[in-house]
Amino acid sequence: MLEVRDVTKSFSGLVAVDGLSFDLAAGQIMGLIGPNGSGKTTVMNLLSGELKANTGQIHLGNREISKLPAHAIARQGLARTFQIVRILPAMTVLENVAVGGVFGHARYWGPGLETRALEMLARVGIRHLSQTPATALTYIDQKRMELARALISDPEVLLLDEWLAGLNPTELTDGISLIGELRTEGRTIIIVEHVMDAIRSLCDHCVVMNSGRKIAEGAPAVVLSDRAVISAYLGDDDA
Amino acid sequence: MSGTDKRNFALAAMALAMAALLPLFDTGYWLALGVSLAMYGVLATSWAMFSGPTHYISLATAAFFGTGMYIVGGGVEILPFPVLVVIAAVAGAALAVLVGLTTMRISGVYFVIFTLGLAELIRQVVTWVQTTMGSSSGLYVLTEITESMIYWQLLLLLAVVYLVGWRINRSRLGLALRVIGNDETVAAHVGINTAKAKVILFVISGTVASVTGALLAPRWTYVEPTIAFSPMISFQVVIMALLGGVHRLWGPLCGVIPFMLLWDLISAQFPNQTTLLLGVAFLLIVYLIPNGVVGLIESRLKRRSSGNG
Repeated sequence: MLEVRDVTKSFSGLVAVDGLSFDLAAGQIMGLIGPNGSGKTTVMNLLSGELKANTGQIHLGNREISKLPAHAIARQGLARTFQIVRILPAMTVLENVAVGGVFGHARYWGPGLETRALEMLARVGIRHLSQTPATALTYIDQKRMELARALISDPEVLLLDEWLAGLNPTELTDGISLIGELRTEGRTIIIVEHVMDAIRSLCDHCVVMNSGRKIAEGAPAVVLSDRAVISAYLGDDDA
Repeated sequence: MSGTDKRNFALAAMALAMAALLPLFDTGYWLALGVSLAMYGVLATSWAMFSGPTHYISLATAAFFGTGMYIVGGGVEILPFPVLVVIAAVAGAALAVLVGLTTMRISGVYFVIFTLGLAELIRQVVTWVQTTMGSSSGLYVLTEITESMIYWQLLLLLAVVYLVGWRINRSRLGLALRVIGNDETVAAHVGINTAKAKVILFVISGTVASVTGALLAPRWTYVEPTIAFSPMISFQVVIMALLGGVHRLWGPLCGVIPFMLLWDLISAQFPNQTTLLLGVAFLLIVYLIPNGVVGLIESRLKRRSSGNG
């Protein structure tokens, strides 16, 4: 479904992503983890077209997307949420979700659009807030709204960039079960996350990054006990 | 079309019909004021169609306006007037495409400066061409077109602008622009071709300004670059649109009418301080009524209805 080959991105000398490659099969949930500053968010931005790779290719299905602008990638079927939630402040919750289904991978308009947007709101559990201004939502509900905006386009691949960050323990449980439901729907998802419980319970597969490089890859339980991964997070014994 | 739409259409048509009767009562001062109102009504409304949702402040109105005016000035003895208006529309659109494609990647203050510089650049080029190739710095525009006819043409253009604006607000393009104005990054990531949407609106706005210039050329029998490309036009359009409110299609017109009446009074009483007073007016509007007259009315109404209910 998604194929990343030798992707490198540097910012005026600082190599943020260094020769990264991985594959994501349809229906798989992949965790992209690593210490702060390891390049995870840069990878998300490269995938969604917010940034362009210096070298390497990214394929979505059979199409190369690494040269496409962000809006064209969205139309190919890649949707995302942002590390710091991005709402459309002058719009209602319903409108915020609806815009995800007008220009992207799935295209609705007219009464069909509203029905679909309400379905998505129900899907993430905030249908009763549809007419509320987006700015009046609590943090978790804004995150839910952002997820609904991504889901309405029926994406082939969904990127969740620290979607669980900043939630309290109850909200976290709700959030994990919501992503778990997406998994049973058969969605293909990449999760960037610091919450290791979520990675363990949700992901089939993990890619661990450190200083822009992939240092480990495999099933979460295996990867998280890898020596290189532990030392990347906690430092070496002699440090 | 909903019931509210039908009612609004009927009201707009009635207002237009009443406005069209003006030349029957007076062809002096009031008609002259009417032409100015219609001219700035068209310019401010079309300006706000682009700058309102996107928050890109364009000072290029004079560039388009002057281009249209000069096309009529230069061709009035060769081609019939309606043909020149069409040429002005095409030239305005072409110029807007060119400017749009080069500037939509720059934002904020850079865009403002670029558009201001554009009008000045064209003015200098026109002046240079005229002084090196012709003998005078201006052009004579001698036609049979009366001020009443100019007024009616402008009203017709205003009606067209309103119809186009109404149509856009109900289209995907209108929604795209609102999203761009809210958050351009989100816009791109939900699949909106942001550059294309902005260029389309900039082209509509530029075309209308160019046609307005063309229609007004016969009003001044002698057209000069300092009149046609005056930066004052661009500034006044921005001030009037902001005064009225740019988040509603009919907002700018609510700014044009009080501003023009006041402006007329000020320039009669203090002819030497007009620029100073224009600056003061701009500051007051931005500080005191950031959402314009329309925003003020809407928040009052909302407060009253929430107070009662």
